[in-house]
Amino acid sequence: MQQQTKNKISFSTAFSKALKGFATAVPIIIGVILLFGLFRVFVPQSWIRSVFTGNLLRDTLYGSLIGSISAGNPVNSYIIGGELLHDSVSLYAVTAFIVAWVTVGLIQLPAEASLLGKRFALTRNIISFVLAFFVAIATVMTMSLL
Amino acid sequence: MNKQKEKNNHFNLIFPGLVVLGYLGLFFVNPSKTGKALLLSGRMFLTLIPVFIVVILFMGGLNYFLNPQKVKKLFGKESGAKGWFFAVLLGIISHGSIYAWYPLLKDLQAQGMKNGLIAAFLYNRAIKIPHLPVMIYYFGIQFVVLLFIYMVIASIIEGLVIDLMQ
Repeated sequence: MQQQTKNKISFSTAFSKALKGFATAVPIIIGVILLFGLFRVFVPQSWIRSVFTGNLLRDTLYGSLIGSISAGNPVNSYIIGGELLHDSVSLYAVTAFIVAWVTVGLIQLPAEASLLGKRFALTRNIISFVLAFFVAIATVMTMSLL
Repeated sequence: MNKQKEKNNHFNLIFPGLVVLGYLGLFFVNPSKTGKALLLSGRMFLTLIPVFIVVILFMGGLNYFLNPQKVKKLFGKESGAKGWFFAVLLGIISHGSIYAWYPLLKDLQAQGMKNGLIAAFLYNRAIKIPHLPVMIYYFGIQFVVLLFIYMVIASIIEGLVIDLMQ
């Protein structure tokens, strides 16, 4: 009981702690948002369409790679992926692209490394990149079996 | 520990500083596109403000209701299947930009949350329930269900591998 009381903090302390914690992340957040603005304007979507050629493994790998260097709201990846599918890009590549879009974040890497640790951020992104490849292959192959 | 904190503080300023320098350089090369990028970033920041407020409230609430002992029980070494379940669930139901969530995860990490669970949380942020109609429209319900099942499995594999590597 005594331990419980000792651990309890006041409402204002809890929120001032939250504000302070958040404030330390603000410069990085602003840097990332500015970087993403540059990326959206200077990297054209037509460039993405010119990369996929039809080779299953290479397209899936490219899908993971492009998804990894892209960032933003997941809904954007669904729309771009859907449009790429209409442009005859393989479902393997599009799936890998969608999965890597959120799970791998090269643009967010500095923020993630700074706040959660370099080793954790690097390991997580490398594993996510590999998994995007396998999740894409497993999903599309299972679909073709059903 | 303080040295690491100091290093992180420097990085917190160096990174945005470099991006600003990039903008300055690109402004001389292509002022209209650079202006557009700046405008886009500004709009993005404004749309994120409500999310940031929610995250701060969420962080404050967590600070108030959760103490390190509770967090260790929910997400710590002894959390077991329940910890994985909550990490996956929180990843799916969390909203807004990931940048807004990093400080909260940092707090939870400091309070004993396992890195594997943080990884599972981050992985499942790709599954966004409000956006499902768009995905179903483009890819069909069968694809969406399969993808999400494989992603949840992949998130747990990733978390387990990260924990093994600690």
